Amino acid sequence: MARLDRAGIARLVAADIPPGSYVNLGIGQPTLVADYLAADSGVILQTENGMLGMGGAAHGDDVDPDLINAGKVPVTETLGASYFHHADSFAMMRGGHLDVCVLGAFQVSFHGDLANWHTGEPDAIPAVGGAMDLAIGAKSVFVMMTLFTDAGVPKLVPSCTYPLTGLRCVSRVYTDYGVFLVGESGVTIRETFGIEEQDLRGKLGL
Amino acid sequence: MTLVCSSVDEAVAGIADGSTVLIGGFGTAGQPVELIDALRRLGPKDLTVVSNNAGNGSHGLAALLAAGQVRKIVCSFPRQKDSYVFDELYRSGRIELEVVPQGNLAERLRAAGAGIGAFYCPTGVGTPLAEGKEARTIDGRDYVLEFPIHGDAALIKAHQADTLGNLVYRKTARNFGPVMATAAKLTVAQVSVVSEPGSLDPEAVVTPGIFTNRVVACPSPAVLAAEGAAG
Repeated sequence: MARLDRAGIARLVAADIPPGSYVNLGIGQPTLVADYLAADSGVILQTENGMLGMGGAAHGDDVDPDLINAGKVPVTETLGASYFHHADSFAMMRGGHLDVCVLGAFQVSFHGDLANWHTGEPDAIPAVGGAMDLAIGAKSVFVMMTLFTDAGVPKLVPSCTYPLTGLRCVSRVYTDYGVFLVGESGVTIRETFGIEEQDLRGKLGL
Repeated sequence: MTLVCSSVDEAVAGIADGSTVLIGGFGTAGQPVELIDALRRLGPKDLTVVSNNAGNGSHGLAALLAAGQVRKIVCSFPRQKDSYVFDELYRSGRIELEVVPQGNLAERLRAAGAGIGAFYCPTGVGTPLAEGKEARTIDGRDYVLEFPIHGDAALIKAHQADTLGNLVYRKTARNFGPVMATAAKLTVAQVSVVSEPGSLDPEAVVTPGIFTNRVVACPSPAVLAAEGAAG
């Protein structure tokens, strides 16, 4: 099987979300996952700015400035949607009510530490949003990312060098070259795409 | 007792230099643009603003920042595609920034409104945002101590009010409004309509009037274009 493109990764994540789950999709690549959820999956999407039952992107006359997602993109509501304020929204995460969140990442460590909010560069303006709350709150944290930077440096690493978002919080890492499971004893490879497992281990130092 | 104001300028009267002002909204949704403009006209200086973002484009919160009235901003996500006003102030050292995880921002406001002295929270443990904070392990899980955020004033936008200050919101424009309403000494709500008592379904009221000090009708609030750019 060839290396996955972004749509391929999103399709894989969508297939692994248990039917009926309450799910938060992070900003950026993770929002693609919504396009691949089966219509009968019963998955209910949460957006942290105060909505359960979020529908797809709004277009034309459906655009309502009072109805946006966490990426500030106009969205629609599904039948049975509900609205709530921010303290309730984050109680859903911290309180352990949200089944899955899907996040992007700069780096994930072999033990599931996540770095996805700040490059740490001196001129960068730090912005964390809801990433830290999601990382430690959702029952399962799925990361989707390319496995290597444009310069070919692995983003799945023994220990994160970027500032952390959360400690030991990632359950799975979905990448273009493979899917990784993170457990108590560290990271294991579930499957690979376009590369032999042994070669992948070599590149990552696993 | 809630005061029904006849203008947004009357609604923000008395907000003084050095105040901490909670400003509702998530991006442009729920941002009380008319109240912010009135605050800018009133002209208090040296403000601390607490809001999820640090302004969009050149209007509303961004205009307040550009006017040089804000010393410090407390927010979760200052950096957006269209936060150029804040970006320039920050990079030239003219505004102080405290970044707070979004859920902590909400819960610290909630704690202030509920009379909670501080609370142990698992968010941010092991990250730079927990450095220097008191930590505690409870039932095997690590937490850090977080303190409430009290406002001298809160400026929020709701959909409809009655003359007793009961508020209902509209869709995701609700966001921080209900928690901010509880956390300030002076809560001011701009709404599309102020109606007579009995016009709102008591079961549907989100913010009970006890939390609302002033309401003002802005029948056609400005709609700022959101450019779509992250949390």
